Amino acid sequence: METAIAVLLDGLTFSSYLFIVSLGLTIIFGVMKVLNLAHGGFYAWGAYSAAFLIGRAANAGWPDWSGFVIIFASALAVGIVMGLVIELGILRFLHDREEALVVLATFGILLMLEDGIMAVFGTDPFFAHQPMSALGHVDIGGIARDVYGLTMIALAFAVAVLAWLAFKRTRYGKLLSAVIYDREIALAFGIDVRRLFVLTFVAGAALGALGGAYVAPTTSVVPGLGMEVIVVSFAVVVIGGMGSIPGALVGALIVGLVRALAVHKFPELELFVIYAVMALVLIFRKEGLFAPAKPRRI
Amino acid sequence: MSPAIEVIGVAKAFGTVVAAADLNVAVASGEIVGIVGANGAGKTVFVNMITGYEKPTAGRILFHGQDITPLPPREITQLGICRSFQVSQVFTSMTVFENMLVALSINRNRGLRMLRDIRQAPLAREAEELLGRFGLAAQRDRLARELPQGMRKLLDIAMALAARPRVLMLDEPTSGISSEEKFEFMSVVMGALAEGNVTVLIVEHDMDIIQRFVSRVLAFSQGRIICDAPPAEALSNAEVIQYVLGTDHAVA
Amino acid sequence: MAHRDHTLRWLALASFLLVVIACFVPGWLLNQMLFASARGLAVLGLLVLWRAGLVSLGGALFFGLGAYSVALLQRMAGITDALLLLALAAGISGLSGFVLGFLLRRYRGIFFAMMNLAFSMILYGAAVKNRALGSTDGFGVAQPSFFGITFAEPADAKLALFAVLVVAGYAVMCCVHWYWKSTLGWLGAAVRDNEIRVEYLGYSVERVIHVKYTLSAVLGGLGGAFLAMGLGQVDPDSMINWVASGEMLFVMILSGSASVAAPFVGSFLFELLRTYALEVAPLAWQFIIGATLVLLILFAPNGVWSIFARLFGRAAAR
Repeated sequence: METAIAVLLDGLTFSSYLFIVSLGLTIIFGVMKVLNLAHGGFYAWGAYSAAFLIGRAANAGWPDWSGFVIIFASALAVGIVMGLVIELGILRFLHDREEALVVLATFGILLMLEDGIMAVFGTDPFFAHQPMSALGHVDIGGIARDVYGLTMIALAFAVAVLAWLAFKRTRYGKLLSAVIYDREIALAFGIDVRRLFVLTFVAGAALGALGGAYVAPTTSVVPGLGMEVIVVSFAVVVIGGMGSIPGALVGALIVGLVRALAVHKFPELELFVIYAVMALVLIFRKEGLFAPAKPRRI
Repeated sequence: MSPAIEVIGVAKAFGTVVAAADLNVAVASGEIVGIVGANGAGKTVFVNMITGYEKPTAGRILFHGQDITPLPPREITQLGICRSFQVSQVFTSMTVFENMLVALSINRNRGLRMLRDIRQAPLAREAEELLGRFGLAAQRDRLARELPQGMRKLLDIAMALAARPRVLMLDEPTSGISSEEKFEFMSVVMGALAEGNVTVLIVEHDMDIIQRFVSRVLAFSQGRIICDAPPAEALSNAEVIQYVLGTDHAVA
Repeated sequence: MAHRDHTLRWLALASFLLVVIACFVPGWLLNQMLFASARGLAVLGLLVLWRAGLVSLGGALFFGLGAYSVALLQRMAGITDALLLLALAAGISGLSGFVLGFLLRRYRGIFFAMMNLAFSMILYGAAVKNRALGSTDGFGVAQPSFFGITFAEPADAKLALFAVLVVAGYAVMCCVHWYWKSTLGWLGAAVRDNEIRVEYLGYSVERVIHVKYTLSAVLGGLGGAFLAMGLGQVDPDSMINWVASGEMLFVMILSGSASVAAPFVGSFLFELLRTYALEVAPLAWQFIIGATLVLLILFAPNGVWSIFARLFGRAAAR
């Protein structure tokens, strides 16, 4: 029983940050039709920035809760700066290229971002535990759990609700739906597609960075973080259906729980199990669970 | 002699939308039939069902007596029914000549012959000849994606002919072509077809084209055939005028 | 307007020269050439798929399968003859590709890529989890014999292996070159351009993809087999891991699709780049690869070969 609760809670925690990260990935794909592997880089930079600044803040004697402010601030900063640089500097020139080539280009950007981290932050691990320690523990089903992990679940929930509201209720959201459905027609209607692209990319990048920043206090932040997360987020987005927000939610839940199970039962085979599940989903639903409907071709 | 195409009790529904309801039609070999109807009347669905892209929810379709209802498009093509498309489907990264070559070689080179070099003399000659019949010889080395609309449509139809069909279905062949050029375009097409005794079904919106080139008209409205008659009769039929032509555009 | 195709003659000449050169170069360079050529075979397989508009993120699946087949055949069936090992490894890979092809031919775009990745991960998991297969350390491959001759000097055996590789590579290049000129080869480009048109001309798109998938599996397996024998060992991390697949894709982009010889040239460039970069700036290795990838895609999407072709004014073969 204890294991079941542990698996469930672990699974939900994994699902939470996976959802936040994958949401960014799927939005970027839905709007720009770009499968942005560099997303792993945003996650990593978010994590490192947050960890580094929290460490500095702690040394300077700032209170523990300041870590939370730092987390959100870093995520925003990374999202804006990197999002703008990459979209305006590189991706802008690749919009009419073949899908596969663009994906490979974003993979190249990911490699650069990962190496950039080592250049800026060095190769030693960071462990910025202050926000997590500040919240203490709570007892669930006989196991002591970090309250921090629970707040992550709450954060994911909040992000999901906000995303839904933004998409369905705001003007920006409606413009996005138009562009997602048909970019050319949206252009013909006078929608500033370019600006939407930049806004979306920055928002997506910020989400990726947020995932990393929020996770940072719970783990030791080491090089290779970005690669690790992108391989899993990729699977989440494919399982859920690319460009689908409910898909990202369901995909994240499935992968998070599967991963928790794998970590408890077959530790080395995490990735293998996740990808086996993905293959299984794709066998039954060729384009993922919530793939958008396609218009008639002829 | 069994009719070339026989449609028996065919119906097609997309959920609650009825795209076709109880269609019964027989087309004899060598006939040239026009298919008219307002947008959404079910003309393209009709063509799609005969060519296997969609499956009817009820009824059967026979080709010279053979039931082709469950067959996929490629098998129906092999049996001898080909089509052109509203939006021309060509191989965009290849030249016009290469498009023709590929179309011909798929049809002529089967089995182990598929491993032979594609640029062989007889096939190349046939490609040139077919391009010539459609007036595309001068565009031979141009990339298909750079062709203007009219020539793309001609290429599309020419490729459909590569498979030596007995029945050819043209889906809005003159759409996107300017009014002055439509007649010339259709003359080229029908002239190229004349040699093969091909049964032709043409989906068209332009009634002048219909009057000039077909011998029989099937008028569609809301998934049903409301009139099946020679052009003069069909185009002065009251229902056709009401549901297809619009009362302002009655053709005398 | 018949044009004479001299490609195969040039390739024959180049291959001959390559073997001659191999006799005189130092051991480390021969190794580079060996590994590069082995990988080049696998990349050629990826190129066959690329021409049909498909990218596989799991090239390492068949590469690893070929490598491990050699190692296992040696250990369990006691087969030592190089040619027999190669034939069997290629056969096993090809058969696996044929079987898997029934499933994978239904997918396109990113889903095709991911399904391949998934299966390569599954193989990776199986190799890593399996003690008998040496887990992450892998295990050794003994020097093979050639037509019954076992060389006393490892250097001679390497040379013999390279010679076999060059001959096999030449044969493969000829086959693929002819294949690309045939109807079935052209169908790849046709499928990439317009699947609906192909079906409406009377041919099954899935069958086209299936054939290409099987072919790429054979080539991948052959490459892996050569690498196993050349390296003297097999291990999952350098052969089945998704990083290996990524490297193959990088080489494919670097080489471009213009010619059957391109993957080998690209692969060799990659080996040089890797050795040089690791020596000069080991921590910046990822950055260099990443930047090169982005620059290539931005400015030379047809690969390094197209730059060659432009420089020498020769039209790239289709």
